Amino acid sequence: MTAQPLLDVRDLTVEFTTRRGIVKAVQHVNISVAKGETLAIVGESGSGKSVTSYAVMRILDRAGRIAEGSVMFSGIDVKAASEDQLRDLRGREVSMIFQNPRAALNPIRKVGDQIEDVLRTHVQQAQVRDHGEKAIEALEQVKIARPRERYHAYPFELSGGMCQRVVIALALACNPQLLIADEPTTGLDVTTQKAVMDLIVELTRRRAMSTILITHDLGLAAAYCDRVVVMEKGRVVETAKAADIFANPQHPYTKKLMRATPRLGVSLRDLLPEEESAAASFASPRVRGEADTRSTASGESQPLLLVDKLVKEYPRQGATAVLGKLFGRKPPVEPEMFRAVDGISFAIGHGESVGLVGESGCGKSTTSMMVMRLLDQSSGLIRFDGEDIGGIAPASFARLPQRSRIQMVFQDPTDSLNPRFTAARAIADPLLQLGDIRGRDALRARCEELATMVGLPHNLLDRFPHQLSGGQKARVGIARAIALHPKLVILDEPTAALDVSVQAVVLNLLQDLKARLGMSYLFVSHDLNVVRLLCDRVIVMRTGRIVEEGSSEQVLRDPRDDYTKELLTAIPHPPLPVH
Amino acid sequence: MLTMIGKRLMFAIPSLIGVVIVTFLLTRALPGDPAAYFAGPAATKEAVEQIRKKLGLDKPLIEQFFRYTNDLAHGDFGNSLTTGQPVAAEIRNRLPASAELTLLGLIVSVVIAIPLGVLAATRPGSWIDHLCRVTTTAGVSLPVFFTGLVLVYVFYFRLGWSPAPLGRLDVFYSAPPTVTGFYLIDTLIARDLEAFRSALSQLILPATTLAIFSLAPIARMTRASMLAVLASEFVRTARASGLSPATVIVTYAFRNAMLPVITTLSMVFSFLLGANVLVEKVFAWPGIGSYAVEALISSDFAPVQGFVLTMAVMYVLLNLVIDILYGVIDPRVRLEG
Repeated sequence: MTAQPLLDVRDLTVEFTTRRGIVKAVQHVNISVAKGETLAIVGESGSGKSVTSYAVMRILDRAGRIAEGSVMFSGIDVKAASEDQLRDLRGREVSMIFQNPRAALNPIRKVGDQIEDVLRTHVQQAQVRDHGEKAIEALEQVKIARPRERYHAYPFELSGGMCQRVVIALALACNPQLLIADEPTTGLDVTTQKAVMDLIVELTRRRAMSTILITHDLGLAAAYCDRVVVMEKGRVVETAKAADIFANPQHPYTKKLMRATPRLGVSLRDLLPEEESAAASFASPRVRGEADTRSTASGESQPLLLVDKLVKEYPRQGATAVLGKLFGRKPPVEPEMFRAVDGISFAIGHGESVGLVGESGCGKSTTSMMVMRLLDQSSGLIRFDGEDIGGIAPASFARLPQRSRIQMVFQDPTDSLNPRFTAARAIADPLLQLGDIRGRDALRARCEELATMVGLPHNLLDRFPHQLSGGQKARVGIARAIALHPKLVILDEPTAALDVSVQAVVLNLLQDLKARLGMSYLFVSHDLNVVRLLCDRVIVMRTGRIVEEGSSEQVLRDPRDDYTKELLTAIPHPPLPVH
Repeated sequence: MLTMIGKRLMFAIPSLIGVVIVTFLLTRALPGDPAAYFAGPAATKEAVEQIRKKLGLDKPLIEQFFRYTNDLAHGDFGNSLTTGQPVAAEIRNRLPASAELTLLGLIVSVVIAIPLGVLAATRPGSWIDHLCRVTTTAGVSLPVFFTGLVLVYVFYFRLGWSPAPLGRLDVFYSAPPTVTGFYLIDTLIARDLEAFRSALSQLILPATTLAIFSLAPIARMTRASMLAVLASEFVRTARASGLSPATVIVTYAFRNAMLPVITTLSMVFSFLLGANVLVEKVFAWPGIGSYAVEALISSDFAPVQGFVLTMAVMYVLLNLVIDILYGVIDPRVRLEG
């Protein structure tokens, strides 16, 4: 390390004034970044990693303030600097990339204009001939094809990955010395994530910039950073070289995080902290045996779900086509159809769990919606438990008895719960709609039974969603889905919004429930690593078609299709810890 | 753009037909017999019958309706029973009076409310935020006739600064030749500055009354919408890029915050245009609201139908203008046009 670090954060404490008094979000944090260094700050939600970076740029919310400590950036005292000095610093010396690229851009301003706004603020007119040309150059550097055209695009016209490139162009337009990237790839597909991260690394290396990468993903930190800072509950618990921290984690929290990160060569049980893992492995052989007998017993009979040549088409034209027809002006030009799902066939056996993997727009969600009977297919067959449910209109399916046999766990545990329902009411909802349990006491008893099954303490049943943590809300969602003894549960990225340690627990819970209740799962996800842990078989989808299908182990260890290979290599892996 | 406007206007036709049918039926269903009202309290039964025949009210409903629509197609809105004047002419005279008053009131209100809302949002908890809250609460809680009367009492009766609240012009001036129907504009066209001053001084009090009332929804909406946008991620990005506060607030926050404000504005405008009867009464303003209410009380069909139809057309046009404005501000709306 050089004598004078570019950024030196000493003893930083950040306080937020809330209704319940002062909350210390970050306490006594020491971080330093040398010139040209790439530093990762890793931690789960609430660890204070984002707040630390906001404090560095002094863009904390109104309620937050730096209570103690100092932030020095190349000799400038950020804490004492005036707002005018800071404005010169932001964007020109230190810039930032945010989590949700689409939300980070002004939705009603051309992306080129937004880059120009930054250039105009920081670069004197005399130094460049034309800000517009400079903005196009900035777009070119982040490898946006046809930058001259894209200059005039609005954010909603660009894909998520493309928007993130624009945000990077915006951040790097004025050649800053330090780039802070706050979860820059969360919400992007793995292949897009790889492209974006490679781009950031390439651009920052070339300019000898320093980078702070804030992430919850240890794999990402390991793959791209020189040093790693691990934060927990507002404190730094460990700082070490990237290579060292994975080989030899010191702090218990770091070890726990490492264990919980899904990676090659580990089973679901290995994700849990050691003591819990040991307790769970007692149960697991029995569980395995049970599942095995079930699948062999039903082996000769027909599968639980059979999907054959399923197609979903959407008309490409929007409202104009409808209008044209209405007024009979133009005969509609050949109806151009877009096939979201293009003739896919697969089966799910009794007690089997199948992963449906693919990147956004591959048709995996459309498929699950059709199986769920929330959406009508264009053609194709869906047989469930020997019955043809594909012919039942989605509108009437909700009232049929079959509804209770196919249930769903949704992606966002917060948004999928009614904010005005308590946990108990949410769990009881399917029972009230379709169940045969009547009477307040019987319902309550069933809710408590379900809560026990998903490991939700009974005293939490009377709380509202906003009073529950992410993991607890996920448990409520699962309890609601299994309330009616379904045979098939569709899991739509049930852990995508959860921290890794919570994800580990929830995945284990799902595994146990499946074995105990003899359910089948259709696990829809973009994350091959997570799917592998829970599923017997994996189906990989791309542009509406199945490109590969096989047992989880086989697909992950020996993928045949090029696209699957691409997906697998895009996943950043932490080096395997030495036990 | 033109095709979009054309399409929107075409879509308005069914609703206008609906308005014609419903107003026709509603006015017929109203309690009260226009023939009896018109004949006066002392009229004999025969006289009432005679008038009924003359008005065509003895014919079956369906025939009356066809006659009415046929007249409408020829631009004839019928004649008012109470004044004997053609409804179309009356509305043509009175609509500009209402529109001028409402527009001026709204402009005054926007000029005050939007900066107030923006300032309150950028400095939450400051004195200007409290001022905004007090003003808006006062604005909505005071009924317009009350603020109108207070203004008349203070500025005309006590201070004598403003002229008598009797219509659009002082009696000493003659109305300017009609070009737009807006006296402020017509007097300027006629280069009659004295009349302009008189028209303006007559307008100030009622326009202020309306402004005080409409201040509240606009300022509140501006404040709320600005607060939401200021907390959004792209504003944070703009701040993190070191853009000046002026750029952040105007280019990034304000333009995005305008969308709900424009919707509120259009609602307030259409509401005021037809519903400021009380203000028109207090200031003896020859507007369209008071005209419609008087006609309604005397079961005078034709003006009521004419009024409702005019308002419906105004709503359609107003909504079109709002949609176009939306498209200008928000590129995402443009696509769907």
